[in-house]
Amino acid sequence: MHYLLKRILYAIPVLIGVNLITFVLFFMVNSPDDMARMQIGGKYTSEAAIQNWKIQNGYDYPYFYNEKVSGINSLTKTLFYRKSMSLFTFQFGLSNQGRDISQDIFVRMRPSIALAIPTLVFSLTLNILIALFTALFQNSFFDKAVRLACIALISISSLFFIFLGQLLVGKIFQWVPISGYQSGISAFKFLLLPILIGVIASLGSGIRWYRTIFLEEMGRDYVRTAKAKGLSDFTILINHVLENGLIPILTGVVVIIPTLFLGSLIMESFFGIPGLGSYTLDAIQQQDFEIVRAMVFLGTLFYILGLLLTDLSYLWVDPRVRLGESS
Amino acid sequence: MVQSARFLLALLCISLTTEAASPFLWDSPYTPSDSGNVVFSAFSNPPKTLDPARSYSVDETQFIAQIYDPPLQYHYLKRPYTLEPLTLTEMPQITYLDSHKHPINMRNPQNIAYTRYTLTLKPGMYYEPHPALAKTTAGEYRYLHLSPTTLRTIHTLRDFKEQGTREVRADDYVYEIKRLASPITGSPIFGVMSQYIVGFSDFPQTIFKSAAYHRNHHYVDLRQFPLEGAKTLNRYQFQITIKGLYPPFTYWLAMPFFAPIPWEVDAFYNQPYLNEKNISLSWYPVGSGPFRMIENNPNARIVLARNPNFHGESYPTEGMPEDRQAGYLQLAGQPLPLIDRAIFSLEKESLPYWIKFLQGFYDRSGIASETFSQAIHITPDGTPLLTHSLQQKKIRLQTSSSPAISYVGFNWLDPVIGGSSERARKLRQAISIAINYEEYIGIFMNGRGIPAQGPLPPGIEGADFQRCNPVVYHCQGNIIQRKSIAEAKQLMQAAGYPDGIDLATHQRLMLTYDAAVSGSPDDQAMLDWYRKQFRKIGIILNVRPMLYNAFQDDVRAGKAQIFSFGWMADYPDPENFLFLLYGPNGTVKYDGENFANYQNKQVDTLFSYIKITPPSPARNQAIRKILAILQKDSPWVWGIYPINFVLSQSWVYPIKPNAIANNTLKYIKIDVPSRTQYQLAWNHAKQWPLWLLIGIIGVTTGLLWYFYQSRQNKPSTRRKK
Repeated sequence: MHYLLKRILYAIPVLIGVNLITFVLFFMVNSPDDMARMQIGGKYTSEAAIQNWKIQNGYDYPYFYNEKVSGINSLTKTLFYRKSMSLFTFQFGLSNQGRDISQDIFVRMRPSIALAIPTLVFSLTLNILIALFTALFQNSFFDKAVRLACIALISISSLFFIFLGQLLVGKIFQWVPISGYQSGISAFKFLLLPILIGVIASLGSGIRWYRTIFLEEMGRDYVRTAKAKGLSDFTILINHVLENGLIPILTGVVVIIPTLFLGSLIMESFFGIPGLGSYTLDAIQQQDFEIVRAMVFLGTLFYILGLLLTDLSYLWVDPRVRLGESS
Repeated sequence: MVQSARFLLALLCISLTTEAASPFLWDSPYTPSDSGNVVFSAFSNPPKTLDPARSYSVDETQFIAQIYDPPLQYHYLKRPYTLEPLTLTEMPQITYLDSHKHPINMRNPQNIAYTRYTLTLKPGMYYEPHPALAKTTAGEYRYLHLSPTTLRTIHTLRDFKEQGTREVRADDYVYEIKRLASPITGSPIFGVMSQYIVGFSDFPQTIFKSAAYHRNHHYVDLRQFPLEGAKTLNRYQFQITIKGLYPPFTYWLAMPFFAPIPWEVDAFYNQPYLNEKNISLSWYPVGSGPFRMIENNPNARIVLARNPNFHGESYPTEGMPEDRQAGYLQLAGQPLPLIDRAIFSLEKESLPYWIKFLQGFYDRSGIASETFSQAIHITPDGTPLLTHSLQQKKIRLQTSSSPAISYVGFNWLDPVIGGSSERARKLRQAISIAINYEEYIGIFMNGRGIPAQGPLPPGIEGADFQRCNPVVYHCQGNIIQRKSIAEAKQLMQAAGYPDGIDLATHQRLMLTYDAAVSGSPDDQAMLDWYRKQFRKIGIILNVRPMLYNAFQDDVRAGKAQIFSFGWMADYPDPENFLFLLYGPNGTVKYDGENFANYQNKQVDTLFSYIKITPPSPARNQAIRKILAILQKDSPWVWGIYPINFVLSQSWVYPIKPNAIANNTLKYIKIDVPSRTQYQLAWNHAKQWPLWLLIGIIGVTTGLLWYFYQSRQNKPSTRRKK
């Protein structure tokens, strides 16, 4: 409990720091005037209209220090404070288009999850399955063929998989729509192709990593003992090697689970899936700082949460681990 | 594990075979409920807002122009573009007033201080059904005063069970004009309208000073604030008064900015908590036009459906002489709209859009540069033809010029390239010759453009006066030939830069070109091309690629020496292009749209005349004069008029291109049975790869199992040391 509390308190300066960096980076490239012009439209943008937009949207304050007021107000009546500190109470406010960001995140989280979770589950299952087989048939023709295929898969860009998948599965085989999304049960046929591509793209590195883990486990004493007891290779693999090999695999997976909510930037954009990945990308393109800061904040928060869950998962899968103790 | 895999495989097979058994296609991006008399279209950028007072982008106008009815519209078939009443009984009655607001005769334009437009609405027009207009049996508005507790239970607009309507009234138009002036709305045309509509510029102060604004920052009932320039006369009549003379004002009345908004709708959407659910006028329009929005997911798709309360309109019965032969009049007299629904899907990437079009899932498509060669074959004489595969699909190609121009501007305030000196003028003229836009159009635009001869694109009145720019071309009747580089070099010499060497400094002339880049792979090639053009006359071009924000800041601050920009017409009048070169509209001094900061007294005088004069031979004469001066002064390299290429499926009835009007969805008709037949013919899911894949997995698993069993059954051997 003490450890958890400490980790949570550590998270606060990290979040403030990330907020600060996001703020500085964003406003180094975009000024509030640029944002106003972008939102109002390219034509007939008078100075009065820009000023009015800034007032309406709260961009009429200085960045970090307000000389016009005194005391604590000189820090609180600033752009940084007003735009960033509300995030700590999960008040994301309105986007530059006037849409409620919390509501948008809530709605767009669903397609992201619908894409990310099956991709994770299927890729994990397939990676483990193939890695187990390659470990079982180590140095066989099958193992060598899989290793070669893995190197090929690692070498190919994920964009190539997307184009090839759309061309083969969508255009030539005509199995599923090439892109798009609809909610409910109709989502199934739209998600099939991106999930398939996501799984295939993950195979190369996944199989090689898991194979290494399983081979390391297979060289341990307990495996030799099991063999000596007359257990079949398959039983040893499933009942002993897999169980022990899952510890580093699970801890590696747990860290990314919270970030699954944030969606995939590339997949969602190419397949027209209205998730949080494309939400972030659109916000960057449209210079919508309100959304960018909210998504960066959530991303940081989820990452910290992921690390925390990883520590806890160590505790769960390996009873020898004690959190917060020096030895 | 094996059992689970079998189950998943079985599930997949069942799912796929079930789909195959149904008449619907595996690769169709639509659900069965999407079928029928529907237009399938796409949009590439989600709209930012659908509020007619705030929207000023093509991405948004394609939706709201179908929903909102401004007072006027452009005739669908007549050319040049002609305004006609849409919700009015007749064209606005125009009265000219002196400084005391007494009517005077048009014959003395110098005495005209104000122009008054009186607009009379057709009676019996109603809004689409909407909860804001729902009333109780007692006649009270049902949803205008909801308690916070009730509002918290609302999540979408569908949660309001009751809908209502009411007649469109003159005060709704006036209310919208007040919205345009209100600082709360933040309309993009506030600046330009402040110059014209009486009382417009002072209206924000009136609002800021009001107790209502401070009491409730979000909703202010604009009915209580009079606006001098917009007055309701009676239920069906209202007046707009503008300062001085500004004939193009009538064109503004054909834009959704001037569509009616009932006060009830404004009050409804501005209730607390609704905005938190994204229920706002920005996302749920309320209009009286032919369509209403029934689904708005700007991140996936937007669906428009026929408005049951539409006041009715018929397909035009007359047009241009060639329209009958082109098939544009075959639907003459039919009631509009001709479709029941329009489904717009978000397509950010051009490749999926193109493939879906070829599969028959979109009715019309543009042509992206990456798919151009698949669609178009350019003949040796430059004529674009469809490729064989598209011809086989009976797809039609339609080309039309766009009322737009992209140009290279010279900063008039720059000491080297700007100003009215002969030296600078000759330098600009030499550069204008050197930049070979015929080549540019061939390399970067697949031939989809025309080299510009002046600021007015084809289709705009006066464009015929600038058929050939004598500064850049040799003009002999219909033969137009770009002047040679030798002639450009002569101009350079005359300007004091022989072979590009500045005689004053004995250094090679170096100019700076600011370019907004998008990160596209074409950017670098394009910038290199510009360098090459300047190099032809000995000038070193220092290119400064930058993001659009920085570029805009540089141009607005007058820091850019040479830059590229573009303009798309708001309305089909030369004034809308010539004002880009009007001195008092200069960007640096006056924060206007004259980005080149060009100033010429003669041009300014002529423009002032053109601006206040309705089309007439005298006005045309002034346009002719202004164009000649501009061509000689060359404040821009006139650049390119873009040409649009649009592909239509065979089941789409002929659509006449209309680059100015946006409310053309109502004229589109689809032969639905024909579309279904083609879709079935073009989409056959191939099952053999699936069986092959299953076979490979099965064989591999079997082999592995066999080897495993063989290994397990093999007697163990002792390793030799």
